[in-house]
Amino acid sequence: MSLTTSSRKQGENQPDDGASAAKPPRIKIGKSSEESDKKGAHRRVKDVEICVPIVYGTIAFYLGRKASESQSHKWTVYVRGATNEDLGVVIKRVVFQLHPSFNNPTRVVESPPFELSECGWGEFEIGISLFFHNDICDKQLDLFHHLKLYPEDESGPQTTKKPVVVESYNEIVYPDPSENFLARVQNHPAVIVPRMPAGFNLPYPVSIESVNEREKGDTKDHPLSQWFMNFSEADELLKLAAARQQVQAHIVKLRRQLSVMDGPPPLLKQPTGYDYT
Amino acid sequence: MDAKDILGLPKNSITQEKKSRPQKDSQRKPDGISREVYALTGGFPPLIPAIEASQLKKRPPSDEKITWQWLPFTNSARKDNLHLYHWVRIVNGVPPTGDYSFAKYNKSVDIVKYTDEEYEKYLTDPMWTKEETDQLFELCQSFDLRFIVIADRFPSSRTVEELKDRYYSVARAMLAARAPSPGDISGHPLVKEPYNVSQETERKRALSMVLSQTKQQERKDAEVLAEAKRITESRMVARGAEESELPVPSNAGPESAERAAIPSDTVSPSANVQHPSAAVAPSTITVDNASILASLRMLRVYLRTYALDQMVQAASSSAGLRTIKRVEQTLQELGVNLKPRVPTKAVCAEHLELRREILTLLNLQKQEAEGSSYRDGSYGDTPGTPKHLSHGGDQDRIFVPDMNFAGERIGKRDQKRKAPGRLSEAPLPAHKRPRKLKAADL
Repeated sequence: MSLTTSSRKQGENQPDDGASAAKPPRIKIGKSSEESDKKGAHRRVKDVEICVPIVYGTIAFYLGRKASESQSHKWTVYVRGATNEDLGVVIKRVVFQLHPSFNNPTRVVESPPFELSECGWGEFEIGISLFFHNDICDKQLDLFHHLKLYPEDESGPQTTKKPVVVESYNEIVYPDPSENFLARVQNHPAVIVPRMPAGFNLPYPVSIESVNEREKGDTKDHPLSQWFMNFSEADELLKLAAARQQVQAHIVKLRRQLSVMDGPPPLLKQPTGYDYT
Repeated sequence: MDAKDILGLPKNSITQEKKSRPQKDSQRKPDGISREVYALTGGFPPLIPAIEASQLKKRPPSDEKITWQWLPFTNSARKDNLHLYHWVRIVNGVPPTGDYSFAKYNKSVDIVKYTDEEYEKYLTDPMWTKEETDQLFELCQSFDLRFIVIADRFPSSRTVEELKDRYYSVARAMLAARAPSPGDISGHPLVKEPYNVSQETERKRALSMVLSQTKQQERKDAEVLAEAKRITESRMVARGAEESELPVPSNAGPESAERAAIPSDTVSPSANVQHPSAAVAPSTITVDNASILASLRMLRVYLRTYALDQMVQAASSSAGLRTIKRVEQTLQELGVNLKPRVPTKAVCAEHLELRREILTLLNLQKQEAEGSSYRDGSYGDTPGTPKHLSHGGDQDRIFVPDMNFAGERIGKRDQKRKAPGRLSEAPLPAHKRPRKLKAADL
């Protein structure tokens, strides 16, 4: 632990130097917070789960008159925030793995919006690998999406106006986030962070170096945003609640019937309220 | 005949069999060779005839004149110019030419040869005298590198490994010395895979140990290995279950190192192992959940759908395939997606709970079926087949009429507009009880 003691000394001296030294505005990792930064990188926050809802999928347009044998559709594969917020806060880069018949089938997108457009004629499975920033996780997360070019109903000729859109909703969960990570994303709109217990102190948010070629990382005004699907959990929750009610009613009825037939029924385990910590 | 009558045996059958058998045998006599010779080969026709029976009779090619002569010959493989005699097959008066046909088999290994100067320069070794090395090489030459034999005949007692080591290091040194550049010989097996004395001795020792194991020892070893495997597996589960209570270590490094250390740990049963191995067997729902949760926490990042799949698997682990299919069927009847379309935390939790409740319901139905069929034997139902309930046959189907109106709306998968307004009105009139369950309850 000599490392921390030496950096503490540095921290004590630094404030004077820090003011005089000219630092580039983007890199805010000030030396004065280096010590807490180092600790913050290692200290993980238990019982707090950071959740990033994402939507990933493809939008494919038929090229109509401009279509050729080998390039009949223009499609875009992307990963966006479910509410169209900037995912660059957690995702460092996305690697799209295309069909080997494409030139350079491994396409890397280094900055948000994480998307890739191509022309082609065939449907195949696209591999999407998400890489997160260094203070979050070293592991990558792999998703797979089947590129759909042709619409469900094959009636009539293809139209260039209406694309074939397939999107999937999912959520990235970080179970024990590091303090730094938590501090950094606490108030970001793309990230869902549960309410922290009162009096919980987080280190000063340290922003990461990010190469943002395009200033805007969110997809709110994306050209394709008119085709984005809406994912509302309300629908599903309603359905599920209704279904549960039905099942519970039947269970009660059966139990009553059984008790009439057999006497007191064996005590069945009540489904415990599920806790997702 | 009378004896047969007394015994009550059928009159003609046996005699008929006896008569037919010798006929069959003689029928099977092969032509081309006599029966006794045929019997020597096993008495039955071979699966694949090696030699055509017809070939055995006609052999002499009619146009050639064959004689045999007693002629001398020499063997080029011999160095002493020995003349021996043997029978030679002469075809049409022309004796065969060429070397003795077995001379080509006289192969020997190319043993490295060194001169005295070369020995002084490259090959001196504290453990070996020049004499011994020379002796070794002579033996290698005469016995074609059969080290076992060489070791037996070696004047001073040296192990096979020592002899091999000396020979191969000499060979390698000579190769290196004679090669114009080191790159030339880098591909040579002597250089690429040098003889490793210690490894070889160890390997042979281990091999002899394994070979000399008694049957009992073998059984014990197998038992110990199986036990170790079981312990490490239950340890992983125990670790997962315990992890949720113990304070999580702060560094990522030690965590991964610990987990790596666990599988390598062999037979060391510790106190904690006893508890989980007893707890795992009855496998209550909470233990499964806790272990899944703990294992999820070990991951730095995961997808919600992955977590849900794990939980669903854990919940259905106690159920058979048929039951799982029934759960899925029930979900479909209820109009619920088997995999939630919008898997948020709340939705996944509800989904899981719904699955559990359906399992409970199915179990109850099974119980009822068993109870009723036991009681009402007149229905003719086989007990334990919950699918064909006599009076409960409609229970599975009950869901359909209730949920139909909602079911068709749910069918749309990629609706762009939100439709909570529509659905929220619909369920209310159909259900008699007010909706008391909310997602926020969790």
